[in-house]
Amino acid sequence: MTDLTSLTLAEARKGLAAKTFTSLELTDAHLNAIEAARVLNAFVMETPDRARDMAKAVDEKIAKGDAGPLAGIPLGIKDLFATKGVRTTACSKILGNFVPTYESTITSQLWRDGAVMLGKLNNDEFAMGSANETSCFGPVGNPWRRDGSNTTLVPGGSSGGSASAVAALLCMGATATDTGGSIRQPAAFTATVGIKPTYGRCSRWGIVAFASSLDQAGPIARSTRDAAILLRSMAGHDPKDTTSVDMPVPDYEAAIGKSVKGIRIGIPKEYRLDGMPAEIEKLWSEGAAWLKAAGAELVEVSLPHTKYALPAYYIVAPAEASSNLARYDGVRFGLREQGRNINELYENTRAEGFGAEVKRRVMIGTYVLSAGYYDAYYLRAQKVRTLIKKDFEDCFAKGVDAILTPATPSAAFGIGEKGGADPVEMYLNDIFTVTVNMAGLPGIAVPAGKDAQGLPLGLQLIGRPFDEETLFSLGEVIEQAAGRFTPAKWW
Amino acid sequence: MSVDAATVRRIAHLARIAVSEGEVPHLQGELNAMLAFVEQLSEVDVEGVEPMTSVTPMQMKKRQDLVNDGEIADDIVANAPATEGHFYLVPKVVE
Repeated sequence: MTDLTSLTLAEARKGLAAKTFTSLELTDAHLNAIEAARVLNAFVMETPDRARDMAKAVDEKIAKGDAGPLAGIPLGIKDLFATKGVRTTACSKILGNFVPTYESTITSQLWRDGAVMLGKLNNDEFAMGSANETSCFGPVGNPWRRDGSNTTLVPGGSSGGSASAVAALLCMGATATDTGGSIRQPAAFTATVGIKPTYGRCSRWGIVAFASSLDQAGPIARSTRDAAILLRSMAGHDPKDTTSVDMPVPDYEAAIGKSVKGIRIGIPKEYRLDGMPAEIEKLWSEGAAWLKAAGAELVEVSLPHTKYALPAYYIVAPAEASSNLARYDGVRFGLREQGRNINELYENTRAEGFGAEVKRRVMIGTYVLSAGYYDAYYLRAQKVRTLIKKDFEDCFAKGVDAILTPATPSAAFGIGEKGGADPVEMYLNDIFTVTVNMAGLPGIAVPAGKDAQGLPLGLQLIGRPFDEETLFSLGEVIEQAAGRFTPAKWW
Repeated sequence: MSVDAATVRRIAHLARIAVSEGEVPHLQGELNAMLAFVEQLSEVDVEGVEPMTSVTPMQMKKRQDLVNDGEIADDIVANAPATEGHFYLVPKVVE
């Protein structure tokens, strides 16, 4: 039998249905792979007993012909998703040994559809980071290395564990979240496919909150088709999240392989940055040429407020974070550091429990919301956000169906290489992805090629609100043209 | 705009994060780097622009005024660092 971990989710689904192998065999193959890849630090908690129990239960269902769309598929879960009875920390010391007494809506839908949980995946603390270096469990290794080099690179972030685990074939797919690029940037760094759906498409209930008007969950997967299969199970209306949208969930997989003839693709000139590596530029033109060859029409478009998206994000996101993270007070859950009075208890707990990046963002958020600065910073940023969204609306109103951009301004970099002196250096990683969160739009990152050092690079497609299907059709065209990329095993 | 050391201490207190004197200069530098970065927003003409309040056009949904949960006090205090019965324990707040 071929190595079961090398299958795509779609192939594994076929094998399970044909009873070529069982979910228990598939799950065990992945559990073994996880055990052998601990050096990557992708998992912060492995749940092998639960995985085997879930796999056995679903095997019985498959035998009875009563299987859901993800029956028997082993997945990894970002540690931002509350899992009942399984420690959930957001990779922050402040949550300590928090064990939820409830299950997030998204994971409950995955289990409803028959998926198997392998364990919890590493991420940047509270999803704040672009390299998975702010996790209290330490950094994650990217399975990709530069040609001829032994240097361990970051997998991107914040969903670095998800991307690394999927790329290293430790799980068939993973949940992830994206506030400024945290699904698409790590997907691009690891040659995996990641989609951030439209704001409101997936329920946020039971996901540790970072910036509520920007946070949205989605899958990281081995192929465009796999991402489509996973999103169908993750999406849907949830009365427990008032921002989740009451719209039917389409069969995204049906969009895979659909013709893209006549689809109008916008190429935004503002994404052509000064000093952008020539290979990113080349990749972008290649992607456009592939879509054109498949019958799509290319048009140059302008999104004039693009350069203001990142600074506006670094006001809006920290402001919302400072409010959301006020709940970590050492009283109701998680870590507690003693103090002589209640204020000292709060201050000592938060000083001990939050890492440097989280403190920085909570403090900047507190500042921009404080009396006398609210109008100058927060209100202005929310006005700029309106303009960023309007840029996209104007573009779509002219008949553009989707927008093609690079996913990241560079390939993966080394651990500790960026942001040491100036936090803004790290923030610039999200320059192409953050606009999409600010406008609430869907965006997909698909692997499209490699740089001169052999590292994967990705392209991003941005769609109209709730038109994830067009993104899947276009993403599949790129995947067919570029092929799939698997890292050479060194771990 | 930039922040001075006194402002850093004030923000830290508002955010309820204990900051030692030794950490202040470092934090001041980082916060000022972020403020310098967002400064470019002042060039944008926002005259007459409505601030965004909701990224997707939707009506605020309202739930029915019904009791549909409860009797889970054990669950609610399950993760608390210090409890007595179904109460959270904190240092004495009222003299």
